[in-house]
Amino acid sequence: MYDVIIIGAGVSGSAIARECSRYPLKIAVLEKCEDVCCGTSKANSAIIHAGYDAKEGTLMAKLNVEGNAMMDELAKDLDIPFKRIGSFVVCTDEENRDGLTTLYNRGVTNGVPGLRIVERDELKEMEPNISDEAVAALYAPSAGIVCPFELNLAMAENAAENGVEFYFDSPVEEIKKIEDHYEIHTPKGIFNTKYVINAAGVYADTIHNMVSEDKMEIIPRKGEYYLLDKSAGKHVAHTIFQLPTKMGKGVLVTPTVHGNMLVGPTSMDIEDKEGVNTTRKGLDEVAMKSSMAVKNLPMRDVITSFAGLRAHHPDHEFIIEEVKDAPNFIDVAGIESPGLSSCPAIGVMVAKMIQEKTGSVEKPDFKKTRKGLIKPSEMTLEERNELIKKDPRYGTIICRCEMVTEGEIVETLHRVIPARSLDGVKRRTRAGMGRCQAGFCSPRVMEILSNEVSDIDMYNVSKSGGHSNFIVGNDKEDL
Amino acid sequence: METRELTCIGCPMGCALSVEMEDGKVISVSGNTCQQGDIYARKEVTNPTRIVTSIVPVSGSKEEIMISVKTAHDIPKDKIFECMKDLKSVKVQAPVHIGDVVLENVAGTGVDVIATKEAL
Amino acid sequence: MKKVNVVIIGGGPAGLAAALSAKEAGETDILILERDTKLGGILNQCIHNGFGLHTFKEELTGPEYASRFIEKVKEQKIPYKLNTMVMDISSDKVVTAMNSKEGLFQIQAKAIILAMGCRERPRGALNIPGYRPAGIYSAGTAQKLVNIDGLMPGKEVVILGSGDIGLIMARRMTLEGAKVKVVAELMPYSGGLKRNIVQCLDDFGIPLKLSHTVVDIEGKERVEAVTIAEVKDGKPVPGTEERYTCDTLLLSCGLIPENELSNQAGIEISPITKGPKVNESLETTIDGVFACGNVLHVHDLVDFVSQEAKQAGKNAVKYLKDQEVKATKTIPIQTDNGVRYSVPFVVRPEDMDDLLTVRFRVGGVYKDHFISVYLDDERILHKPSKILAPGEMEQIILTKKKLMEVDPSTIRITLEDK
Repeated sequence: MYDVIIIGAGVSGSAIARECSRYPLKIAVLEKCEDVCCGTSKANSAIIHAGYDAKEGTLMAKLNVEGNAMMDELAKDLDIPFKRIGSFVVCTDEENRDGLTTLYNRGVTNGVPGLRIVERDELKEMEPNISDEAVAALYAPSAGIVCPFELNLAMAENAAENGVEFYFDSPVEEIKKIEDHYEIHTPKGIFNTKYVINAAGVYADTIHNMVSEDKMEIIPRKGEYYLLDKSAGKHVAHTIFQLPTKMGKGVLVTPTVHGNMLVGPTSMDIEDKEGVNTTRKGLDEVAMKSSMAVKNLPMRDVITSFAGLRAHHPDHEFIIEEVKDAPNFIDVAGIESPGLSSCPAIGVMVAKMIQEKTGSVEKPDFKKTRKGLIKPSEMTLEERNELIKKDPRYGTIICRCEMVTEGEIVETLHRVIPARSLDGVKRRTRAGMGRCQAGFCSPRVMEILSNEVSDIDMYNVSKSGGHSNFIVGNDKEDL
Repeated sequence: METRELTCIGCPMGCALSVEMEDGKVISVSGNTCQQGDIYARKEVTNPTRIVTSIVPVSGSKEEIMISVKTAHDIPKDKIFECMKDLKSVKVQAPVHIGDVVLENVAGTGVDVIATKEAL
Repeated sequence: MKKVNVVIIGGGPAGLAAALSAKEAGETDILILERDTKLGGILNQCIHNGFGLHTFKEELTGPEYASRFIEKVKEQKIPYKLNTMVMDISSDKVVTAMNSKEGLFQIQAKAIILAMGCRERPRGALNIPGYRPAGIYSAGTAQKLVNIDGLMPGKEVVILGSGDIGLIMARRMTLEGAKVKVVAELMPYSGGLKRNIVQCLDDFGIPLKLSHTVVDIEGKERVEAVTIAEVKDGKPVPGTEERYTCDTLLLSCGLIPENELSNQAGIEISPITKGPKVNESLETTIDGVFACGNVLHVHDLVDFVSQEAKQAGKNAVKYLKDQEVKATKTIPIQTDNGVRYSVPFVVRPEDMDDLLTVRFRVGGVYKDHFISVYLDDERILHKPSKILAPGEMEQIILTKKKLMEVDPSTIRITLEDK
C-alpha cells in the first residue's frame, strides 16, 4: 500500500513528488510516457514569469509570484540553469499605454518586485533590437528563463533519490475507490494507495472523471513555436512580450538558457490531447507576429518548430483541491501558463495538504540537493583532461553541433531516472538538439543505447518510446 | 514499328530522346543535340546495362561488420534484382581487400561481384 | 604548446588531397585531424559508383576513391589523428582539439587548411508542418544506416528533395527491398545529376514530382503517411494534395558547409556559399588559413573537390615558404545576371598561378546562354552553353597574363542570352 500516488511526471507531478519526499511516506509516480516531461511540461515558452499577468487574488497569481521567488534556490539545489534575465511587455501604440499601467498595477498587487514602466529611449538602450514602433514597456526584472526539461528531470531525480518510485509506460486505465484507499489500474499492474494526486496535465479531466460525478473538462490549447539557431541567440537579451492590441495577442521572443532564440506561441483550442502537430497556419502566424515587438529577427535561422498543449481549464485558474466526492483524491488541474513558473510553489502547496492529512514530520535524512550531469563544456582544459584520463569516453564527441561527449550520454543511461530513448538522451544532454538536428549523431547515439542498455538493441531503440523505433529490419530481408 | 522515349544522361541538358525501333533494331534516334545522345540511345534500347553496388556482411573484422561491393562490370539492367537476391546469401570472412571477388558469376551474367572496401 | 606547420582539419576527400599536395610541395610537418573513426569522410558511405571519372579516368565507388588517397597518405607517412574533434580555432591559428587518448590539447599551427565538409539541411530548417515522429531522416543518415550498418530505417519511403544523395538513396533502398513511392522536389527542376534521375528513379519507376513539397506528416510515434502538394509562387496549391502511406520520409534538401569553427576564428563567411570568402590562393580572410572542398562551397563531384584541395595544399606551403608576393592589388570578382557566386571571391594577380580556375553556380535553369567574363568593360570570354543549371557547378579559367596586362578594377562573370 502506497501512501501517495502521483499521476503524471511533468513539472507539477515531479515538484509535488519532490516536496512530498521530505516526509517518511511511500510514494510512487505513474507516468503514461516513457520518460518524465513528455507532455505540457516539454513544449512551452521555458520562461519563469514575473507574475503580473494573472488576475489579482487568484491562485495563479499567488503561486506564480511564490514560484518565481523560489527559483534561485531551487536551481542552485538542483544544479540546473536558471537565468533571471528580466522581461518587457512592449507597447507599440500610444493609445494602448493604459494596458501597461493595468499590468503594472496588477503586478504590484500580486507582489511582483521591481516592476517599472520604461520609456522608449531607455528601452532602446536596454534592448536595441526592439521594434521601432515601441513607445514604452513594462519591465519586470524578476522574470527569468529555465530549461523546462532539466527542471522537471532534476525535481524527479531528487524525488527518486529521496525514495519516490517512478513507473513509466504506466497509463492509468481505471481508479477504484475501495473503502479507505484507491486502487489504480495500469498495464504494469495495480497500485493501492491512500492518497491520489492527479497531476495529469491535459488528461487531468480524464483522471478526475474516473472518481468524481462532478465532471471536469480540460481543453488542450495548442501553442506553436519556432526555435532559432544559436547564431540568433543574442538578438534580444530579455524575454519580449507584446502588449495585446486590437489585432490580438502577439508572440513572445526570448533567449533560451542554452543560447537559442525561441519565438511563439500561437493559441488554438483543439480536441486531440495528443495533437502536438505543427500547422502551416500556426507557423505562419508565429512568423508574421514575430516582428511585432522585435525587429530584424533572422527567421532564416530557424532550426526547428514544435507545438505544445496547454492544459486549459474553462475557469482559467489552477484547480488544486481535494475532490469533493472523492476524499483523499487531490486534483492539480488546469496547470497552464504560468504553470512552469508556479510548479515549485505547487509542490509546496500540495505537499502541505498531504502533510496535514498524514500528520507526517520531515525526514531527518531528506536530501534537498541533486547533482546534474557532469558538464565537460563548463570545465577548464585541466579539469577536462583529468576527467578524460579517468573516463576516456568524455574525450569522444558524439554530437558535433552541441559538442556532447560519449561520457555524458552514457551517464544519462545509468542515472536514477535513466534515459531510454534518443529524445530522452537529447533532452538530458542536448545531443541532437543543434543545427544538424541529429543527422550525424543519431546513429551513434542509437549504438550507444543498444550497447549500454540490456533490453535495448538496434531494432527497438526508439525516438521516444512506444512504437517510435528507428530501424524496421535488415538490408535485403524483403528481397 | 515501336518508339521508345528516353532521357539522355550525357550532360545536364537531359535531351528527350525518341528511338524508333523495328524487330529489336534501332531505325533512328531523334531529339538528341549531339552524337553522345545517339550513342547512349542505341545502347540503352538494345542492351541497357548497369553497375550494381551493395553491401555484404563480413565476419572476423575488428572495424567492419559490412563491406561494400560492386559488380566488376556492368550487368544487364534486367538482372539487377536477381543480382541483389544472389547477394542476399553472401557472407565473407576477413581479411578482405578491395577487388577481392566475393561472388562469382552473379545471376549468371558472367560478371563477378568484388569488394570495394577493405576489412582487416 | 606543440607546433605544426600545416594542420588540416578534416580527413575526407578535401583534407586528404590537400595533405598530399602539401607534401608534394615539400612540406613534411603536416597533421590531419579527423573526427570520425577512419579517413575518407562521407565517401565511406557513398558505396555507389560514379566517382573519379575526371581524376582516375575510371568509374569508382566512394570507398574505392577514398582508398586511393588514403593509401598515398599512408605511403607518404603523413601523420593523422582519428576520433579527434577540433573544438576551436583561434584567429592566431591555435587549434584546440580533443580525443579520448590525449584529452583536450592545443596545437600552434603555422598554416591551417579547413576541410570540414558540410552537413544536410534538417527538417526544422525546411519548415514542414506536422507531427515529429520517428521515421524522418536526412538522406545521409539513412545512407549511413543502410550502407554501413546494414539496417533498414524504413520500408515504404517518400523522399523530399531531389538532391543527389536523395536520388542515390531512392535506388539504394529500392535495391535493398524498400518501396520508394515518390520523390517530391520543391523547385521546378531537380538539384541532382541527370544521370542519377535516370538510373536511380526511372530505372525503378519511381515518380519525380517537380514543384511539389511536403505539407503534412502524419503519425504520432512513427511516420504513417506524408502528404505532398504542388507549389506555385512558393505556396502549396490547395486541392493538389496527394497522401502517401509510408513509414519513412527522407530529406535531401541541400547541404550547408560546416563553418562553425571558421566563425569562431572570425573568418568572413559568404552569405551565399555559406563558406569562407577566399582569394585566388583559397586563403580565407585570416592569413595562412585556407579552405577547400565542401566547407568552402558545396560541390557535385568529388573530383573537383580533390582538384581544389590540391590547390589549397600547395598554396599553404607557398604561404609557409613566404613565397607570396606582397600583393599590391586585389580585384573583386563580381557575379550577376544569374551567376550566384564565384570561388574565389577576389583575385590578387601577382599571387596567382598562370591559370586560375574560377568555379561558380547559376541560380536557375538557363538554356542557350553565354557565359561571359568582363575585365572592367572588356569582354574576354563569351562562351555559349546549351544549358546551365543550379545543380551543376560551372567553371572558367582566368590567365595571369591577361589580368596583368589589362589591370582591371573588377572582374565580372555574368550570363548573356543570344
